[in-house]
Amino acid sequence: MAELPQAVRGFWVTFATMFKKVVTEQYPEDSHKYPTQPRFHGRHQLNRWADGLEKCVGCELCAWACPADAILVEGASNTDEERFSPGERYGRVYQINYARCIFCGLCIEACPTRALTMTNAFELAEDNRASLIYEKQDLLAPLLAGMQLPPHDMVPGTTEQDYYANRVKGPAAVEGEVQS
Amino acid sequence: MTENTTTEIVPTVSVTIDGVALQVPKGTLAIRAAEMIGVEIPRFCDHPLLEPVAACRACLIEVEGMPKPQPACAQVVGEGMTIRTQQSSEVAKDAQEGVMEFLLINHPLDCPVCDKGGECPLQNQAMSAGRGESRFEGEKRTFDKPINVSAQILLDRERCVSCARCTRFADQIAGDPMIELLERGAQQQVGTASDEPFDSYFSGNTVQICPVGALTSAAYRFRSRPFDLVSVPTTCEHCASGCSLRTDYRRGVVTRRLAWDSPEVNEEWNCDKGRFAFAYLAEGRITTPLVREDGELRPASWPEAIDVAARGLAAAGSRTGVLTGGRLTQEDAYGYAKFARAVLGTDSIDFRARATSPEETQFLRAAVAGAPIGVTYTALEQAPFVLLVGFEPEDESPIVFLRLRKARTRVVSVGAVATRGLDKMGGELLAALPGQEAAALRDLPADIRAALEQPGAVILAGERIAASAGAPSAVSTLAASTGAALAWVPRRAGERGALDAGALAGLLPGGRPLIDAQARAQVAAIWGIDTAALPGLPGLSGDDLLTSASRVGLSALLVAGVDPVDLPDPALALRAVDTAAFVVALDHHHSAVTERADVVLPVALVTEKSGTFLDWEGRPRPFGQVFKDALTMSDATVLGMIASAIGTSAGAWDVNGIRRELTALGPWQGARAVVPGVQPQAAAGAGFRLASWRELLDAGVLQEGEPFLAATARPSAAIVSAAAAARLGSPATVTVTGPAGSVTLPLEVGAVLDDVVFVPMHSSECSIYRDLGARIGTAVDVTAGGAA
Ligand code: SF4
Ligand code: SF4
Ligand code: FES
Repeated sequence: MAELPQAVRGFWVTFATMFKKVVTEQYPEDSHKYPTQPRFHGRHQLNRWADGLEKCVGCELCAWACPADAILVEGASNTDEERFSPGERYGRVYQINYARCIFCGLCIEACPTRALTMTNAFELAEDNRASLIYEKQDLLAPLLAGMQLPPHDMVPGTTEQDYYANRVKGPAAVEGEVQS
Repeated sequence: MTENTTTEIVPTVSVTIDGVALQVPKGTLAIRAAEMIGVEIPRFCDHPLLEPVAACRACLIEVEGMPKPQPACAQVVGEGMTIRTQQSSEVAKDAQEGVMEFLLINHPLDCPVCDKGGECPLQNQAMSAGRGESRFEGEKRTFDKPINVSAQILLDRERCVSCARCTRFADQIAGDPMIELLERGAQQQVGTASDEPFDSYFSGNTVQICPVGALTSAAYRFRSRPFDLVSVPTTCEHCASGCSLRTDYRRGVVTRRLAWDSPEVNEEWNCDKGRFAFAYLAEGRITTPLVREDGELRPASWPEAIDVAARGLAAAGSRTGVLTGGRLTQEDAYGYAKFARAVLGTDSIDFRARATSPEETQFLRAAVAGAPIGVTYTALEQAPFVLLVGFEPEDESPIVFLRLRKARTRVVSVGAVATRGLDKMGGELLAALPGQEAAALRDLPADIRAALEQPGAVILAGERIAASAGAPSAVSTLAASTGAALAWVPRRAGERGALDAGALAGLLPGGRPLIDAQARAQVAAIWGIDTAALPGLPGLSGDDLLTSASRVGLSALLVAGVDPVDLPDPALALRAVDTAAFVVALDHHHSAVTERADVVLPVALVTEKSGTFLDWEGRPRPFGQVFKDALTMSDATVLGMIASAIGTSAGAWDVNGIRRELTALGPWQGARAVVPGVQPQAAAGAGFRLASWRELLDAGVLQEGEPFLAATARPSAAIVSAAAAARLGSPATVTVTGPAGSVTLPLEVGAVLDDVVFVPMHSSECSIYRDLGARIGTAVDVTAGGAA
């Protein structure tokens, strides 16, 4: 083959490749075939307790941990009339700026109540910066069966300690002995 | 006279700390001596301004020759002592770690929801001096949380480390021992008597010195984290005590203010008004210039509004009156002083939005304006005797109160009410009916006169001497005849600065008399104008100014931040504003004046400009701009714009330029006005005499929007003596009737002279000027029960 012209050798490579196994993944057409790794760092989620109350206490530790300064939190006081989380404090403002986030996951390690976790969702592209700032309502976990949309009271007879110890299992369901 | 020039030799002792030999003054505590060589011993209860208690035991050190570790915060170093701290002693290190572990046993894992998190001595020292692992596996103690020790101060009891800083502060510094450590052992907790909340004027300091997050304020709870905040050192705008503050803001909004360190002035304390009353900054601003058209104010552009203001003011010229309120910075007040004289050619200017008298005007010109710093806080601390005239320090200048209390100075107050504050200072009352102080000063008992003759004795005259005929004259005479130092303590932060800036009829900047040829020449040279352009004769001030405006004597008014209810005749003030053909108001919030003005120009708040307040000592308290990118302009800048629209520039109108002009002028060295010689007047009318002053927490506009603070104010009451109450039949409420109306208030029995009734001057329930039409000393009717 040494005497073949260079150009013909090049075309041969192209031709032979046509019969090899394809490694390109078609996006978006075939994306369902290729899920992310289970612990892939995707968009964040603000979780809820079993009765729908928010887990976030507005402590800002995620914002403190964030090396990219992508998170902004403002805490506020729950009141008896308007309760968003068990205990005294909730996150009134919660924003993540996905133009800044580097998906390192330090924020979810910092979260003391496991309010903040990361989902596998990675389709975050936008055509403008403003839409890359996700507000609290964009990040909150969906209401699952048995959850009620806050604001609402804690499960009767429970304290925030029961929530933190995961003894609250639903809007009226409590497991084991409650502290009161 | 008051300078501490003694070079007396302080005896020292030699001590060895961690192998370093050093000499320290005798009586030094080991914890301070260690700081001198850069060794920081952990501590919670130790505070340099409080008496040591050694309550928390975090600071244990090894002292050679002593069997057990000793608390460094209470251990006075002795000659030849050998001390080993955690740096060089396993015993000390182990003891400190043991105490830290012990303190954390019952400490909740609240850090994520605790306001102290991020600036917490317990967090920090648990990291630096703790073991990291706890061996405790039991249940931590819990309490209901939080509880209110007052409307403003919240207590999370399980966070408390029982250091007793708060209780010692309340007892030793504020003199309000309303909180105390109760119970024993793990149940030990801070508490109040059930019926007596911690309504101290100084309660906010306990939040600041609590080394954990046990004490927090309702106003700041959950507002932010230390790392969110940008901190700027500032000066308090609320009173003439001149406290250094630290203003913390987040995203363009002030979130809290703290007392900042200023050993010569406020030490490390401040009052709750200075700490918590800042909500007004964020609410209800005037955002655009407004111009009146067809009887209605409508938004206008800056050029248009400046143009309208310039034409109206130029037309009125020397027939303009200028009222600057008492809250401006010295630079802004100087702007008005210059604008009045150099641009309008008027001398009718007054900075006092309160009761005044021509006698007081004369007194200020003669004895205060442009005077160098004389009596200082330190001088008060060292004074053997202090006489108070027309002055209630706890309400009217809280840091003066703290300093007098700290020094245990002998204090005598000339007045009609032996107040709670006077009691806390251990002071005595020299009886004088309200408005009759001058007579009491004339007939002073011999022992008080003798006390005033001691070197270092001080007379403190408050703003209320203006409401007492003959009092300004009497204090001047008394000071001259006894040799006591005299200081004038105004209430508002801007008064002393405005006086020295020349914002008073008859005075040019630096205390220069308007009628002195040399003074005129100096000022005209700095302003770059012709001496002849300055007004020739002193203009109107005080009530005269308003009366003249209300009778079309003055045809225009230029008003900065004056609330008519602060003036002794609010109706007259409103009439003056209504009658004047042209009114320009510079303000940041709407008031009865802006509603009636022809042109309203919005100006910068204290957070949006830099400036200087002169405290009562005359000490400059400069502060920087908090919000650097604010688009608002200071009063002086706006006046400069009007001046150039009128066509007179007259030097600088920016803060730095004004400071240069003030420095170039300096204080007046020449002859001054003579002190007034008004004789005491006998009381007129029969009935109860009205005693009154502005309480620290009241209905002042700068306290708006802060309900927790307002809830700690003293409840409004009419206070009379026990005998008078009995005469009235000890009813629950009384109706106080003055010339213009009456108010019904709860009756309280207090240490008040017979035939005197105390009513707060401007509380949320009553305002004596507006509701009663009465002034201090007016005879009023007091009857049992509600309004007829
Ligand atoms: S509340 Fe704070 S300052 Fe008061 S004793 Fe407890 S820890 Fe100390
Ligand atoms: S004492 Fe006066 S200057 Fe100090 S914080 Fe209070 S109001 Fe402000
Ligand atoms: S700091 Fe010494 S015992 Fe508390």
